Amino acid sequence: MPRRKGAPEVNAGSMADIAFLLLIFFLVTTTIETDAGLDRMLPPIEPPDTDVVIKQKNIFTVNINRNGQLLVEEELMDLRNLRDAAIAFLDNGGDGTCNYCRGRKNASSSDNPTKAIISLKNDRETKYKTYITVQNELVGAYNDLRNREAQRLFGRDFVDMEAEFLNPETPSAIRDDLKPKVKRIQDLFPQKLSEAETSSN
Amino acid sequence: MAKFAKKKDGDLPAVSTASLPDIVFMLLFFFMTVTTMKDSSLLVQNTLPNATEIKKLEKKDRVIYIYVGKPTREYQSVYGTEPKIQLNDKFASVEEIGSYILAERAKKPQELQNVLTTALKVDKNANMGLISDIKQELRKVNALKVNYTTYEGNAFNNLQ
Repeated sequence: MPRRKGAPEVNAGSMADIAFLLLIFFLVTTTIETDAGLDRMLPPIEPPDTDVVIKQKNIFTVNINRNGQLLVEEELMDLRNLRDAAIAFLDNGGDGTCNYCRGRKNASSSDNPTKAIISLKNDRETKYKTYITVQNELVGAYNDLRNREAQRLFGRDFVDMEAEFLNPETPSAIRDDLKPKVKRIQDLFPQKLSEAETSSN
Repeated sequence: MAKFAKKKDGDLPAVSTASLPDIVFMLLFFFMTVTTMKDSSLLVQNTLPNATEIKKLEKKDRVIYIYVGKPTREYQSVYGTEPKIQLNDKFASVEEIGSYILAERAKKPQELQNVLTTALKVDKNANMGLISDIKQELRKVNALKVNYTTYEGNAFNNLQ
């Protein structure tokens, strides 16, 4: 019987099936996710050595009760108006030392954006979603003001600049250029958001 | 002219499928490279709230995760329906957060230990009392940088 020439060829027709199987496995297990959220700094646990006296008019109090209602500066307020109220307070410039403020210069509201403090207080039974919405509006108020100043000084949005500065893929030359600009805007409207301990009643 | 044999009419030439494995492999490699395996399975319900003023959490190696929410249905008979804290793969009490943060921090390389962020993945229906307790624990271990992880979307949708 004559031998056949060479080894028989292996059938590669099922290769596609095997690859499909693996592909489907990875398709199912893949989660392409990038986490994003609101960045906040908690206050350090040690109280500051010296008690700083803050004038009442420089504090913007926001209270959230257990039903999700807002008490802003002792008045009931709808959540949708919070951002504008916070902007009006921060941008007030009551003592005239703030030359970039465009607020009403109301003497009974905040003196200067660098002195203005927003104090947020919530109940233990406040829902987290309400809290996040309030946080979002307050951070949004700061971002709106910072965007305005960044547009005036550098012709672009602050949020945009900060995102580029924080992105690790940005070349370091551009980051070095952005750093003082970001810092300058942040100093114009420093985020002073104090969170008191929650009340239990 | 006999050299030009007439083609048999009717049957189409078969499309070669020889390059099919190559195409599939290409897709396979794409998904293999972008896949990130979940390191902990969720024991709690975790519907995050929406927010607009969000920042991306860059660099996954600098993040410690804390999950909060109601236990999922299969655990509700054992753990009840009150929101619970999940650290790694198990339920934990508020007091355990401090040691968990310290343990996670010790695992990271030296140069990253001061720039860690704690990502709080909290279900939107949790109560703030528990969150305040967690924040208090974080302050005790000096983990002050937190990120309230949210979805991107209109924040007022939370209230519906």
